[in-house]
Amino acid sequence: MSVFVNKDTKVVVQGITGGTAKFHTKQMLEYGTNIVAGVTPKKGGSEVEGVPVFNTVKEAVEETGANASVIYVPAPFAADAILEAVDAELDLAICITEHIPVMDMVKVKRYMEGKKTRLVGPNCPGVITPEECKIGIMPGYIHKKGHIGVVSRSGTLTYEAVHQLSEAGYGQSTAVGIGGDPVNGTDFIDSLKAFNEDSETEAVIMIGEIGGTAEEEAAEWVKANMKKPVVGFIGGATAPPGKRMGHAGAIISGGKGTADEKIRVMNECGIQVAETPAVMGETMIRVLEENGLKEKCKTH
Amino acid sequence: MNIHEYQGKDVLRQYGVNVPNGYVAYTVDEAVQAAEKLGTDVTVVKAQIHAGGRGKAGGVKVAKGLDEVRTYADEILGKTLVTHQTGPEGKEVKRLLIEEGCDIKKEYYVGVVLDRATSRVVMMASEEGGTEIEEVAEATPEKIFKEVIDPVVGLSGYQARRLAFNINIPDELMGKAVKFMMALYEAFVAKDCSIAEINPLVTTGDGEVLALDAKLNFDDNALFRQKDIQELRDLDEEDEKEIEASKYDLSYISLNGNIGCMVNGAGLAMSTMDIIKHYGGDPANFLDVGGGATAEKVTEAFKIILSDANVKGIFVNIFGGIMKCDVIAEGVVEATKQVGLEIPLVVRLEGTNVELGKKILEESGLNITSAGSMADGAEKIVSLVK
Repeated sequence: MSVFVNKDTKVVVQGITGGTAKFHTKQMLEYGTNIVAGVTPKKGGSEVEGVPVFNTVKEAVEETGANASVIYVPAPFAADAILEAVDAELDLAICITEHIPVMDMVKVKRYMEGKKTRLVGPNCPGVITPEECKIGIMPGYIHKKGHIGVVSRSGTLTYEAVHQLSEAGYGQSTAVGIGGDPVNGTDFIDSLKAFNEDSETEAVIMIGEIGGTAEEEAAEWVKANMKKPVVGFIGGATAPPGKRMGHAGAIISGGKGTADEKIRVMNECGIQVAETPAVMGETMIRVLEENGLKEKCKTH
Repeated sequence: MNIHEYQGKDVLRQYGVNVPNGYVAYTVDEAVQAAEKLGTDVTVVKAQIHAGGRGKAGGVKVAKGLDEVRTYADEILGKTLVTHQTGPEGKEVKRLLIEEGCDIKKEYYVGVVLDRATSRVVMMASEEGGTEIEEVAEATPEKIFKEVIDPVVGLSGYQARRLAFNINIPDELMGKAVKFMMALYEAFVAKDCSIAEINPLVTTGDGEVLALDAKLNFDDNALFRQKDIQELRDLDEEDEKEIEASKYDLSYISLNGNIGCMVNGAGLAMSTMDIIKHYGGDPANFLDVGGGATAEKVTEAFKIILSDANVKGIFVNIFGGIMKCDVIAEGVVEATKQVGLEIPLVVRLEGTNVELGKKILEESGLNITSAGSMADGAEKIVSLVK
């Protein structure tokens, strides 16, 4: 088992004819992801890396049985691409695109209420279940199959955590990048719930950053519901208030959203927080040992 | 993106939000002419800078007659205002808003923001106007009322009424207050605002409901469809290096330290600052080169870092995903060719096309200290600049 994606996931790439999408379609195919279709309006009938291209998502689903999409569509059109994926009743839509206007996402979230599709992102690296399915832009080679769940607001920090775990011999069940935008689909709690119920996952690392209160809410949820150990990291402890640190969601405003407050709440809820990004892996290994899970989680 | 108060009021006026009449002035003479045109007994002279707390810092004066307008305009123009939002260096006043005075009966607060917890826009209102809303939220949270707005139907009349009743707007002004709130929400959505804050909203002796101040911020991601808002950008209010960076879609923020950072990904960029501090160093900037950077953009990023005289060393920390390590390496090599490199450079590369990237750096013959990990790189650069 794993969460959200596995070897049976059949992927359609929205915006497949763009440069970034082409590059990553190739990378995903090389990783072994089952990419069955691409979509670019007016490019239907062509092929990218041997993948058939359709004009609409609906058509792609009807022809190929795709059940998940990955979106590389430029920001001004990305919200529409998400709506199209939802309308086609896909199980999962992963939106890589960054810089989507926040009002577009407010509408998308409202539209998705009561719909079947799970959205991951936007502004995220994607989701990977090592050795089964890689959907997104993460470098595949750093991931190893195993029992640690990873969930993160930051793409590159996810790579950092995964790399540290793999180097130390601890593989991952699934790594989920939930994205750095203030309005996103799947959140920390959704991911933690999935990991909690996943038989492959023994422990979870949750990587947050300054801005908003999602980490605090997730920590409370962990305290009340989580059966597996969770470790954390928060980026941006030294960020000045009032400045947007790259991610649209990473801003300390009105004294809210500081790293100190997040770390305090996480500690209170029983989450050990890595002191620096360089010791995310070490912190996890220490917690595994404390919980008698070290042997079980050592995969290579 | 931020704009000035007078620009914000112009935007709000277009949507039917009631604001006082006023004109912008760049000189003392223009200020006096503006007051003449207004023709009111009382005129307010307001410093226009992108920061709150102007009143307390002496940037807002009430003038009776043209002579006082001249005196105050002369006093405020060119003055450096230091408020809780400007930092200790303050901001020089280059523009004034000359506005008609009004007979204030009571001050309120109305703000529109994105609520991340509900993924909806929220309108907040309070009877405690004219003070920092964060202070009200801290001391008397029960005095702040909120309405969560469904994006399909927008702000409903009953929601606006409920807010107005909750903050004790007098019955005879209820209609005007509701109209004000509806118009404010419309402006927020139509112009892709990230904040629309009216503090204070006032009721006046002649029965008006008015925005005495207006703070509008805009969603940078939506500026592509808000051309008129883009034109309101005041480069005088921004850091020069940040302006240069924005030309190349680089996310750059100036800090006070001496270690320049070039990183891909916002989370990693923030954490790179954190780890430099952890090892006793001080970052000079936040810089996320982003996912789709070209070698040219990386070159520009490198030049911007080097243009900061405080920078005594550079740490490049890249974990390639969408960003390819070879692109970063090419950019670094090209930039150093163009502008030279006389300070220590530590490079840590990992991720997509890492071998290719390392090869480019090795073959360049540049004096680069390579790092095996983020911690290793941070430690090395901190010791090299000491």
